[in-house]
Amino acid sequence: MERIPILKMGECLLVSIQVDMHDRLAMTLQDDLTTRIAETRAHGVLIDISALEIVDSFIGRMLGNIASMARVLDAQTVVVGMRPAVAITLVELGLSLPGVSTALDVEKGMDLIQSALASRKGNGRSPT
Amino acid sequence: MAVLRHETRQVRAGEDVVSVRQLVREWAVAVGFSLVDQTKIVTAASELARNQVIHGGGGTLRLEALNDEHRRGLRLIFEDHGPGIADIAQALRDGYSTGGGLGLGLGGAKRLVNEFEIDSRPGAGTRVAVTRWK
Repeated sequence: MERIPILKMGECLLVSIQVDMHDRLAMTLQDDLTTRIAETRAHGVLIDISALEIVDSFIGRMLGNIASMARVLDAQTVVVGMRPAVAITLVELGLSLPGVSTALDVEKGMDLIQSALASRKGNGRSPT
Repeated sequence: MAVLRHETRQVRAGEDVVSVRQLVREWAVAVGFSLVDQTKIVTAASELARNQVIHGGGGTLRLEALNDEHRRGLRLIFEDHGPGIADIAQALRDGYSTGGGLGLGLGGAKRLVNEFEIDSRPGAGTRVAVTRWK
């Protein structure tokens, strides 16, 4: 069965969507990611959508679902690389991806996750 | 207004939604749409093709490259013989869904095009025609 690969790097899971996903593939990715977060105890999820030529309401909903499920499993999701034409279309479609953190590229997204991880470790050590 | 070229495709299953996106992209490029306009019509087509598969039990898409005196456009006509829509105004409202989605498909597609026509009768099927001009 066709699948989108999920890579693990430290406490972070990385996904780069490189194909035009049909709905079932998007649902599989959502399920796989949720399972992998629980298995690996990852605290960050980075999803690169720079290769996606469109994000319609189904893919938008998938991104929102992943972010919500990850949050419940104590992981932060950042979506990176959205093309400007996709962003314009998405807002006009009526989707603003509430609850989904975004960054311009993989590097900035990684920075966002690393600083979130660093601050949670800092908090863990402080005697409260 | 003249139809320069047309083509009709079957839209039956989830995989066909992906091929509709690719086909509409090719046509939008051929008409000379900007990248943003291409993205808008492809996204609208994706929503309408999915609706057709989920609610209409599949159907057809007819693409038409249009030309009137001073502008070019692309028209997409989605037609199915599914159960039809009883209350079109309700179906167009954001957040209304019977398919388990976000309820943005029909209303969202309408916002992404210049012209939007919907014709549906319960039991007879649904026809949605959208046009975007360059």
